[in-house]
Amino acid sequence: MSLPKPLMRGLLGKRLRFHLPIAFGLSLVAAIAFKYGVTEPRKKAYADFYKQYDAVKEFNAMKEAGVFESVQPSGE
Amino acid sequence: MKMLQLIAGRVSSLVARRATLALTTSSARMASHAPDPEVTEAVDMSRPMYWDRLDTPLPDKLYKDELSAAEKSLKEKEKGPWSQLTNEEKIALYRLSFHQTYAEMNQPKSEWKTVVGGIFFFVGFTALVVWWQRVYVYPPRPRTFDDEWQAKQLQRMLDMRINPIEGFSSKWDYEKGQWK
Repeated sequence: MSLPKPLMRGLLGKRLRFHLPIAFGLSLVAAIAFKYGVTEPRKKAYADFYKQYDAVKEFNAMKEAGVFESVQPSGE
Repeated sequence: MKMLQLIAGRVSSLVARRATLALTTSSARMASHAPDPEVTEAVDMSRPMYWDRLDTPLPDKLYKDELSAAEKSLKEKEKGPWSQLTNEEKIALYRLSFHQTYAEMNQPKSEWKTVVGGIFFFVGFTALVVWWQRVYVYPPRPRTFDDEWQAKQLQRMLDMRINPIEGFSSKWDYEKGQWK
């Protein structure tokens, strides 16, 4: 009944040496995925929208729909 | 659970003998008074107690307090080399110190079925209460929930160009007057 003496020291260090690189790697992957999956498409969507944006046309359309309080549709 | 039962027993015994409590202080004297119909013994929780618990393995005291002469001699033999104890003696010594083995203590019980059943029962009762409230307590339905009102609301949101880049109005085709 003689078992080998179990590991008594360095347990936390061993765990950290294994898990921290994985944690950093996964976090980096998550950040890169978010950047190229969310923020870059969003920036492009905004840029494309404002390339063809005519503010006066939009204002007149909204005015005719009657959503403003300061200016009424042209009919009234 | 046993602790709660002991506390409950002690509380009920205290309530029953409020008049005599002022005069008696020791639990021995309380136990010797007129028998309480709810509790057979009042446990003094200020002294070390015994318990069978998985998370606290070593109780404050041994299971058996009063040892017979044979048990006392066995305890004396325990002070010598243990290789001289037979297996039956070792088991007897264990049973002197402990009430149940870990195997007996950890036996599965059916208590969870009662708990889950009770949960379902009371959730069902709550459903009945909520139904009664729906009928007798709730105010009349706001007009903003009507389909016609909701349609006018959506049209106004499109007119105001709500979230035109990535959100609501971006899904509407203004030239064709339909969803994209």
